[in-house]
Amino acid sequence: MADNPTPELDLPEADAPAGKPKRKGFKRRIFLAGSALVVGGGIFGVWWTDRSTKSRGNALIGGEGKQAFNSLMTIAEDDTVTLFSPHIDFGQGSNTALGQMLADELDAAWDKVTIEQAPADMAFANASLVKGFLPEMAGPTVAGLLPDAVIGIMARSMPLMITGGSSAIRFTGEVAMRRTGAAVRAALIAEAADRLGVPASELTTADSVVTHAKSGNSLRYGELAAGAAERSLSSDPVLKTREQWTLIGQPVPRRDIPAKVDGSAVYGIDFTLPDMRVATVAAASVRGGKLESVDEAPAMAVKGVEKVVKLDDAVIVVATGYWPANKGLAALSPKFTDGGHAAVSTPAIYAAQAKLMAGGKADNEAGDGDVDAVFGAAGAKVVEAEYRVPFLHHAMMEPFALTGHFKDGTLTLWGGLQDPLSTRVRAAKAAGLDVENVVFNPMIMGGGFGRRFPDVVEIIDQVALLAKQVPYPVKLVWSREEEVTHGTYRPQSSSKLKASLKDGKITAMRMDYAQSGNAEGEVPFIYDLPAVSRRHFAYQSNQIDGPWRSVNATQIGFYTESFMDELAAAAGEDPYQFRRKHLPEGSRYMAVLDEVAKRSGWGSPVPEGVGRGIAIVESFGTIVAEVVEATLKEDGSPKVLKAWAVVDCGTTVNPLNAEAQIAGGLIMGLSSAMGEAVTLDKGAVVESNYTDYPILKLADAPPAVDVHFIESGAKTGGIGEPGVPPSSPALANALMAATGKRIRNLPVLAQAKA
Amino acid sequence: MAIAFSVNGKPVSVEADADTPLLWVLRDDLGMTGTKFGCGIAACGACSVHVDGNLTRSCSVPVSALAGKSVTTIEGLKAADGTLHKVQAAWIDAQVPQCGYCQSGQIMAAVALIEKVGTPSDEQIDEAMTNICRCGTYPRIRTAILAATGAAAQQGDA
Repeated sequence: MADNPTPELDLPEADAPAGKPKRKGFKRRIFLAGSALVVGGGIFGVWWTDRSTKSRGNALIGGEGKQAFNSLMTIAEDDTVTLFSPHIDFGQGSNTALGQMLADELDAAWDKVTIEQAPADMAFANASLVKGFLPEMAGPTVAGLLPDAVIGIMARSMPLMITGGSSAIRFTGEVAMRRTGAAVRAALIAEAADRLGVPASELTTADSVVTHAKSGNSLRYGELAAGAAERSLSSDPVLKTREQWTLIGQPVPRRDIPAKVDGSAVYGIDFTLPDMRVATVAAASVRGGKLESVDEAPAMAVKGVEKVVKLDDAVIVVATGYWPANKGLAALSPKFTDGGHAAVSTPAIYAAQAKLMAGGKADNEAGDGDVDAVFGAAGAKVVEAEYRVPFLHHAMMEPFALTGHFKDGTLTLWGGLQDPLSTRVRAAKAAGLDVENVVFNPMIMGGGFGRRFPDVVEIIDQVALLAKQVPYPVKLVWSREEEVTHGTYRPQSSSKLKASLKDGKITAMRMDYAQSGNAEGEVPFIYDLPAVSRRHFAYQSNQIDGPWRSVNATQIGFYTESFMDELAAAAGEDPYQFRRKHLPEGSRYMAVLDEVAKRSGWGSPVPEGVGRGIAIVESFGTIVAEVVEATLKEDGSPKVLKAWAVVDCGTTVNPLNAEAQIAGGLIMGLSSAMGEAVTLDKGAVVESNYTDYPILKLADAPPAVDVHFIESGAKTGGIGEPGVPPSSPALANALMAATGKRIRNLPVLAQAKA
Repeated sequence: MAIAFSVNGKPVSVEADADTPLLWVLRDDLGMTGTKFGCGIAACGACSVHVDGNLTRSCSVPVSALAGKSVTTIEGLKAADGTLHKVQAAWIDAQVPQCGYCQSGQIMAAVALIEKVGTPSDEQIDEAMTNICRCGTYPRIRTAILAATGAAAQQGDA
């Protein structure tokens, strides 16, 4: 999620995260400005009181023999339940889990449930995200004061329908799917009671059938749907208890996987239309630069090239296919300005961040107690360390591709983006059209990891402008080089940490960090210390800092959890036991940490040259602790031998998929820590492809990841992102244990070379 | 120039510039989009196919080199009656794909490995499976390869 830099509303103290004592002075902020909304994005849309929205939804998804109950689902005469998910798949697998949540509460037969993508229409905007994110940002008290009508207004004013913030299950699932399932089930029972002339209390439901046991009569959901859909749905239906679940918590195979093993799944880049052309683009190599001039002739001389289109900051070549477009583009020598950013470089950014922190004027301070007083107290042993992390590229496997066709005043788009509604808004703005005249057809995505939020997706503007200049449909495809050099990266960030120890315990800790976004309200500080301070120093380079899977929790987690190990060493304590001493007794944190220590055999001997590292980070409402066992290979590069993750996300809806998300997140975190860095020179990105932006490969990934879930029943947390943050500090801690060398700057491989 | 070869057992004749990579012939000329574009420089393996039975990164093979050859893509792995290849079936059983974009290439690489060595060792899997997966599905890829060859995964991941 975009971390919107324009907080407008400071709120008093939010309620503390689950399992954690309330902490004085930590402020949370609601981010209201701009198109991006809330740290996490948010949405609105349809709630059941909104009749006009309901009828529009019905018109779009209902139809012959098919009844829409709200904009989330229909039931057909043949009992088929169709779920229209407001979330788009980019690998997270949440749509299957949403189906489980709906079908469980509905008592629908799982083999009669189908899952489709909701249209990119206002009627399908996702109110449950506002309901979900708002308490997270403003605290439940403030959120509770807002009636649904106000949430509806927020929704309509911010046309968003995002997939992100690890929100599908915890918000859409918990708020919308389960309640819809339960409310529709109640309506089906009421309809059956009337038809059979029996009390509703005598009816039971299972496998898409309502049964009256006394008389032996039964009615299928398909038979009842038309009548039931006329009934008003309860907005507060009775939900099943955990013991009553039949599908939630089950390892159900993902519905999208068969099409992903035989080549039949169609991604945005695969889309095609009759008469379609393919284009590719080169934008100014320095972000912020403009196109000065380009001689079109060399491209036009390439067979298959039809047109060269100049944009303000880019040049596009249109051809009969990608290959001639690519050849045509390569033949050009466009001249771009540097936008005045020629002095920007990776070292210059680190230097500027250091200077900013040295200046001591923080843009935000959160915490509790007077850390400076404690640092100065007699007998305090003060420990300090500095850490740095680079820009990270998302490196989604499917490069950006978006198809546009401008015809009869309407721009129609096809492709994969994390928010269909704000895609329409951005395209409309770029094309100078009303949003009603922009149609967007969302498609599955070959990865995203935060790169596909429309607010940071320039290809929308590029296609909108391009499509208006050509009479045919055109698919714009970014090369991998364009993708790597024009990312919206996880920000380059620096930090200074300082803590005091007394009698083997931390008495105060301060973290200063310099980067674009403020992590407060997003990444909880989980340790219970007498005094703590986190100060954010806002630094913005010429880059667009985007959300990168788990957002600020990656770097904040790396800083905090590396430093905890350094403090443990200074105190002469074991890193696991040292963390225990600073976590609340009986807390969820403690349970997660203890479990990962147990499963990994923490404390048992390891072979010579092998080290074990531990880390625990909470993000998106989920607590994850990870242990990594690592060693150095003969060439000096690290190798991860084993990895463990223990997760408390409250309830695991689909353990089969959740395990994959956590293991994949852990591996992505290792990959980033090991070798990934986007660097800048003269304002431009140096790296250009997978050769110099290395992604961890199978041979260097742990052969297996032991993932364990603690079903605490706490408020449901996210699962797509929280697996990422602990693995990079766990790796650095493991390498320290193995080699005695502390990694304070990422990536590790750059350190090994240095 | 017209170049004749076969794709999944069917003869094709393609009018394309000699330097056009097989990947773009498959995707743009033949409309077979199961083979994916990832990097264009044979670094990621998303475009992996078999040429005369050999694992090949199609983004870096010019169509001119294909005359008379036999190409197999992800679409050609199923049996004529639609039965999935045992590796595809193992991929579903192990629930390997997340975003799925790299999986055509991963499966083509796994099929080539199994055809070459039968039941691969962990080391042979490490050596052969060099395709990039950004979602981090590697543990399940390993599980699926071993399952497809009848060897149980040494450390359960599924």
